[in-house]
Amino acid sequence: MYALVDCNNFYASCERVFQPQYVGKPVVILSNNDGCIISRSYEAKDLGIQMGAPEFKVRNELREKNVKVFSSNYALYGDLSNRVMKILEGFTPNIEVYSIDESFMNFDGMNIEDYHKYGIQIKTRVNKWLSIPVCIGFAPTKALSKVANKIAKKYQERTQGIYVIDTEEKRIKALRWTKIEDVWGIGFRLTKKMQARNILTAYDFTLPHNESYIKKEMGVVGLRLKYELEGKSVLLLEDAPAQKKQIAITRSFEGTISTFDEMKERVSTFATVCAEKLRKQNSCCHSVILYLRIDKHKVERSRYNFYKLETIPFASNSSITISNLAVKLLKDLFQEGEIYKKAGIIVSDIIPENQKQLHLFEEENPKHQALMKVIDDFHRKTGERKIRLGNQDLQQTWKMRQKHLSKKYTTDFKDILEVKC
Amino acid sequence: MKKKIQFFLPDLENQIELPYISSGIKAGFPSPAADFDESKISLDNVLVKNKEATFYAKASGNSMIGAGIDNGDILVIDRSLEPQNNKIAICYLDGEFTVKRIKIEGDNVFLMPENKNYKPIQIAEENDLIIWGIVTYVIKKV
Repeated sequence: MYALVDCNNFYASCERVFQPQYVGKPVVILSNNDGCIISRSYEAKDLGIQMGAPEFKVRNELREKNVKVFSSNYALYGDLSNRVMKILEGFTPNIEVYSIDESFMNFDGMNIEDYHKYGIQIKTRVNKWLSIPVCIGFAPTKALSKVANKIAKKYQERTQGIYVIDTEEKRIKALRWTKIEDVWGIGFRLTKKMQARNILTAYDFTLPHNESYIKKEMGVVGLRLKYELEGKSVLLLEDAPAQKKQIAITRSFEGTISTFDEMKERVSTFATVCAEKLRKQNSCCHSVILYLRIDKHKVERSRYNFYKLETIPFASNSSITISNLAVKLLKDLFQEGEIYKKAGIIVSDIIPENQKQLHLFEEENPKHQALMKVIDDFHRKTGERKIRLGNQDLQQTWKMRQKHLSKKYTTDFKDILEVKC
Repeated sequence: MKKKIQFFLPDLENQIELPYISSGIKAGFPSPAADFDESKISLDNVLVKNKEATFYAKASGNSMIGAGIDNGDILVIDRSLEPQNNKIAICYLDGEFTVKRIKIEGDNVFLMPENKNYKPIQIAEENDLIIWGIVTYVIKKV
C-alpha cells in the first residue's frame, strides 16, 4: 500500500504556525522578489484571488479584501518541511520526499488493519506537533494514491482529509471522477491531445482501446501510468533525489543595468552564490552559463534573451574560478548601450566533489579550496555573505524585495518567537 | 594447481565512520581513557527529547518569575506533549502568545501567573485559546 501525504496550502500554513491570528483568514504568499502570488489559503481562493497574479496588479484588491500578504520565507518553509517528513518517517521508514510539501509513503510488509484510522493518526500528529494540516490518499499504487489524495482534499469534511482506495469499486469510481488534466504526469499539452481523442477522465485513459494511442503518444511512461491507474504497482519509491544537475541564480533588476561594470558586479555575485551552493552540496561544476535579458518594455529588438556557455577543463566549485569565468562570458555577451532587465548564472555538468578527475595539464590553484573553506566557515558563523571578491560591491546586497517577510522563527536564534509573560 | 587469484573490489559506497582516537595509537598499554573518548555532552540531547516537535521562544515580562522564568530567558517548547494540569504552557490567547501555568479545576481552565502582581486568567467561552506547546526547560544567562 502507498500513501501520498500532501500539506494543505503549505506556505500559508507555515506562516500561520507562528502567527495563528491568520488561521481562518485569507493569506497569500508572494514569489521571490515579491513578484506574484504563489500560494493561497482556502479563504483567499474563495475570494477569487488568482494563482500567479502579479502583486502590483492585485495590490489594491488584496488590500480591499483584507488579505494578509507574505513574502516567501524559504528558511521557515524548508525547516518545517523537513520536520513534516521526519514525522512521516516515524510511521514508515519507506518514504520518498516528492516535493517541499508532498511525500509518498509505502507500507509493504507492515500490518495495518485500518488505513483510514492510520491516516488519521498521521494527520493528527503532524497537526499537533507542527500545526500543519495535511491530506492523505492511500492506494495500492503511487499514481492512485495521488488520485486518492485529491479526493481527500476535495471532500475534506466527508473524508476527514483521508481517502483510501482499497476496493475495485472505489478505484473505478475515483478514476471516473478524476479529470484527465488532474492525472499525475499529464500536463497541459497532453491534456489537449487526450481531450481531442475523447479521453476526458483517468478512467478513459485506462480503457483498452486507448492503449495503442497512449503507447504511441507517451511511450513506456504512458503505459506505466496506465498500469498504475489499473492498480498494478510499477513505480516504486525513489531514493533521495540525486544532487541537483544544474544550479541557477537569476534575478530581475530593480531598475535596469546598462553599464559593463554594474553588470560585472551582479554577475560575479550570482557566480559566487552558485559556487557556494555547489560547495554546500559537496559538488563541482564543469560548465558555466551566462544569461542576459534585454528589457522588453524599453526597447524593441529581434531577440531579448542571450546565453553563452563556457566549459572549465577541471571541475570547480571555487568562487574565484566561477566568477572569473562569468566575467569572461560577460565580456563576450555584453553589448554596450543595451538596456538589461535580468541576468543569471547557471552552473551545470555537476559532479560530486569526490569524483573530480584530476587533470594533467590544467588544474585549479589548490589554495582555492582552503580559501573557500575559510570563507564558508566565516559566513556560516556570521550568517552573512561578508567576504566578497574584488569584483563584487560590498555595499550591494541581494536587494530582494521582501516587504512582507516573516521571521526565521526556526532557523535563526535572533528570530525565535517572543512570548509575553 | 587449480588455484585462481580472486580479486575483491573494495566497497567504497558504504562509509563507516570510526571515532578518532586523539591519543594516537602506539604499541604498549593503551590509554585507559581511550574507551571513553566517544561520549561528549550535548545539550541538544538533554534538552530536546523530540527534535521535530521542539521549538524555542524568548520570554518577555515578569509574570512567571516564581516559576523561574525571567525576562529574556530562552524557553524550550515540546509541542508533542499533551497539555496537563500544572504544566507550564505556551498559550495563544486572544491574539497573543503568553506563557503561563495551566490549572484545570473541573470544567474551569485557568492560566496562572507566578507573580503576586499578576492575576490568574480564567478562560471563558469568548476567549480564543490555543495551547501551543509545553515548556520543558528554561535556559537563562546568569
